[in-house]
Amino acid sequence: MAEQISIEIDGRTCEAAAGEMIIAVADREGIPIPRFCYHEKLSIAANCRMCLVEAEAGGRPFPKPVPACATPVAEGMKVQTRSAKALDAQRGTMEFLLINHPLDCPICDQGGECELQDVSMGYGEDVSRFSERKRVVKDEDLGPLIATDMTRCIHCTRCVRFGAEIAGVRELGATGRGEDMRIGTYVESAVAHELSGNVIDLCPVGALTSKPYRFTARAWELTSEEGIAPHDAVGSNLYLHIRGEQVMRVHPRDNEPVNETWISDRDRFSYEGLSSDTRLTEPLRKRADGTWEALDWQAALHLTADVLRGSDPDQIGWLMAPNATLEEAYLAQRLLRGLGGRHIDTRLRRQDFRGDRADPAVPWLGLPIAELERQQAVLVVGSDIRQEQPLLAHRLRKAVLDDAAVSFLNPYELALTHPARQLTAPPGRLSVRLAAVARALSASAEGAAGSLISGAQPAEAETRLAEELRAAGEQGRGLVLLGALAEADPDYTLLKELAYLVADAAGCRLGFLPVAANSVGAALAGAAPHLGPGAQALEAPGLDALAMITEPRQTYVLWGLSPELDLFDPSRAREALAGAAQVIGCSAFRTPDLEAACDILLPIAAFAETSGTFVNAEGRWQRFQGAVPPAGDARPGWKVLRVLGNILELDGFHYSSGKQVHDELAALCAQTRGGGAQVCDGGTQPDNARRGDYGLKQPLPAPDGLMRVGNVPIYAGDQTVRAAPALQHTPLAEPLALHLHPDTAAGLGLADGDAAEVAQGERHTVVPVVIDDAVAPGAARVPAAVPGSGVLGPAMGPIAVAKADASQLAATQMLGGQPA
Amino acid sequence: MSFRTAPLAVVHDVDKSTLLTPELRAEIDRHVGKYPPEWKQSAVMPALTLVQEHNGGWLTQDLMDQVAAYLDMPEVAVYEVATFYAMYDLEPVGRHKICVCNSISCMLGGAEALLEHVEARHGVAPGETSKDGKFTLKEFECLGACRHAPVVMVDQEYHECVTRDGIDKIISKLD
Ligand code: SF4
Ligand code: FES
Ligand code: FES
Repeated sequence: MAEQISIEIDGRTCEAAAGEMIIAVADREGIPIPRFCYHEKLSIAANCRMCLVEAEAGGRPFPKPVPACATPVAEGMKVQTRSAKALDAQRGTMEFLLINHPLDCPICDQGGECELQDVSMGYGEDVSRFSERKRVVKDEDLGPLIATDMTRCIHCTRCVRFGAEIAGVRELGATGRGEDMRIGTYVESAVAHELSGNVIDLCPVGALTSKPYRFTARAWELTSEEGIAPHDAVGSNLYLHIRGEQVMRVHPRDNEPVNETWISDRDRFSYEGLSSDTRLTEPLRKRADGTWEALDWQAALHLTADVLRGSDPDQIGWLMAPNATLEEAYLAQRLLRGLGGRHIDTRLRRQDFRGDRADPAVPWLGLPIAELERQQAVLVVGSDIRQEQPLLAHRLRKAVLDDAAVSFLNPYELALTHPARQLTAPPGRLSVRLAAVARALSASAEGAAGSLISGAQPAEAETRLAEELRAAGEQGRGLVLLGALAEADPDYTLLKELAYLVADAAGCRLGFLPVAANSVGAALAGAAPHLGPGAQALEAPGLDALAMITEPRQTYVLWGLSPELDLFDPSRAREALAGAAQVIGCSAFRTPDLEAACDILLPIAAFAETSGTFVNAEGRWQRFQGAVPPAGDARPGWKVLRVLGNILELDGFHYSSGKQVHDELAALCAQTRGGGAQVCDGGTQPDNARRGDYGLKQPLPAPDGLMRVGNVPIYAGDQTVRAAPALQHTPLAEPLALHLHPDTAAGLGLADGDAAEVAQGERHTVVPVVIDDAVAPGAARVPAAVPGSGVLGPAMGPIAVAKADASQLAATQMLGGQPA
Repeated sequence: MSFRTAPLAVVHDVDKSTLLTPELRAEIDRHVGKYPPEWKQSAVMPALTLVQEHNGGWLTQDLMDQVAAYLDMPEVAVYEVATFYAMYDLEPVGRHKICVCNSISCMLGGAEALLEHVEARHGVAPGETSKDGKFTLKEFECLGACRHAPVVMVDQEYHECVTRDGIDKIISKLD
């Protein structure tokens, strides 16, 4: 702890830590000091000089005004922020800054919320003494998210420092000198980073603004509502800026333990999906000839209730998106179970459910998000973490900068912005490498894990990794994480068992990276075949998400998902849905696959249109209110379920508010706390302890051919983000393609740019080949959830690849990825 | 952490022995050796100077990228250095560089008149190269010899108290 000293600012005595900068102390005390380049989360550049103040230390005044952002405090220091000398210096700086500024506020998107505008109101003159020609800077195209007007730039370098320090990609720089200095990439390139949009907030002027929002509204026309991001499991805190009934843009809301002051581009720009023309806006019923007929809600709900009432409860399969709200998840399972049904699940992208009985009731991160950055060694098993959880990746990067050793075990090497050890193996073989780490830690076990461990031969990488984990474990700062690529693996249960063995042997904690905004909440709500509300284990589990497809049901309810993009095996899902008697789709979007599959479509409110709760990775319950009315005739999901419950005459569906639903579940969770579920409201759970043994006898046989790696690219994970156009035009939005290691490709006679036919069982399509030495040999990375991937089979599983004719490629692409 | 010490943005996974030439690498290594190992990038200026000399007096983007890769720096950090300092040229140049100081002492001492003279007499404006490719005329920041303003640097050689006749003579002597 730094020594506490006391200083005086504008005559007020302030406590400060030795070494703190004057501006930090003043900010804490609420004493305003103008600034442009200083930012709490960035290194100090002290290049704008706007923060000049007068100061004296030890009774001796500094000869010149000093920059408050770069002057450390000392005992007895006296600071004047508004003395004649300080104000004069600040006015002088302002005049210099405005010399080259175009003063084009009326046509600038930042107008009305511009730091330069605000500060110049306070410190600027109304007449400029500068009559020479102003400089003009050519704009660069930084891609579909960020608009540039570089003539307005005041060279504060916040964006440059953000790139280098936070994003970890130093793409922007200040080239040239003096009059010719400019901020840019020098070589025109689109900025491709999952956090890039934060420079829009950082830029104190209108040089970097939001391209999708540009020229659509003025700051003073907007009202601001609080929200929670609906995509990853961070649950970033948001401000939704609204005009009339429309979300115009999204900004981060500071919450240090969750998202600090950042949000990912996915959270920032996915609002565009809300006004997509693919929104479902009225209840629909399919006529016998396949055309749609609009219904009023009353009729639609009675029709739906009749379908549910008329179905054998055991024949109802309820598949729900893991970013449905806690209230929706809770009411859905109550409704289904009230009817006597059992099959409900939100774990849509998984194939191996053998561990359900032994899993911790609520697999969660295992520690508070903020503690990620304080780990000393972390092993991440099966996660493309930058794509899955951008802000958790940022926390891990901070740990690395603080000298942590971070290792990854994945089916392909990740593009990272920090040093890390990366081990790779194709799906189904990750367990072999993890067993080698366990072996290096002298872990032993029975059954499948035991036989893999005893047969393992740790190479140097695994041995070093094991040592790091053990050393960190001794400090209580070691962690093993399991991500979405592990979750989709054919041998996920074995991976989990090995991860537990490694964590136990090294004294590390074990955590899960829950896939979506409410994955943890879904378990708490009991929207899982093996869990009841409060995450209580059930004696007689229902069918899991995959089994509902492989053992087809007569009636399906699809909640908030598109079957061809959100389910593990889209082809089998299509068959199962086609064979069902009735399919009810509750969705905010109207997609071709939903239209093909469903008999009834009920429009439910999307993100920002409904109240609800998300429980994030660290078990934090975050409740939010609806900020805008739902599109068209759509209704909040929880209300739809409430009315259905009442029509079906189920007990206890007379809720008067969503809050009441929330409170009921929260009380249940508090009760079951002792009963093994170990959950609590707003807090975190004590551990991720297994409830039993996985008891696997044999590892799966080694795959004898290529294995598909169907990763879910960053902007493909859910309906809303897929409907957001700007994100879909970024370089991070991956198209369907076959990525192969050069050796694998050579063995198949394929070269970069060739066309290849990829086949899973009967299902096949033609895709372009990309040679990529990041992919593990023996793996074929063909992303899931992207347009055209719906014709394929399991996201992770055997795949056959053969050279195809380039003309076939053109044909498939013309048909939007559908096979000819 | 500052952005100067932030870990590399671009991991250059190239084989360093394929960059530049063996001689250049040896020379650059000599400069790298003067700094602590984690401050390799301190050698960027001598490295750029060496590479520029080797390339007939100017730098291409590809050469800057190779220097970045060789010193494990983000490319843009090399562009920043190369665009900041007047001694690096990013476009083809003549056989010689005539650098006229434009800073305060030389300006008062008649540097502007020198530049105008060269433009009128030889048809070469600052930043341009003579048609015969003999020389490139450049404006330079203070050359550090203000006492004998105006100062002109021709390649590596200083000429002080230069007059119009003087600069004509200098030019005529160049090959
Ligand atoms: S673009 Fe904005 S953030 Fe970047 S240096 Fe210029 S004013 Fe600062
Ligand atoms: S804020 Fe202090 S110099 Fe810019
Ligand atoms: S001003 Fe020309 S040498 Fe210094």
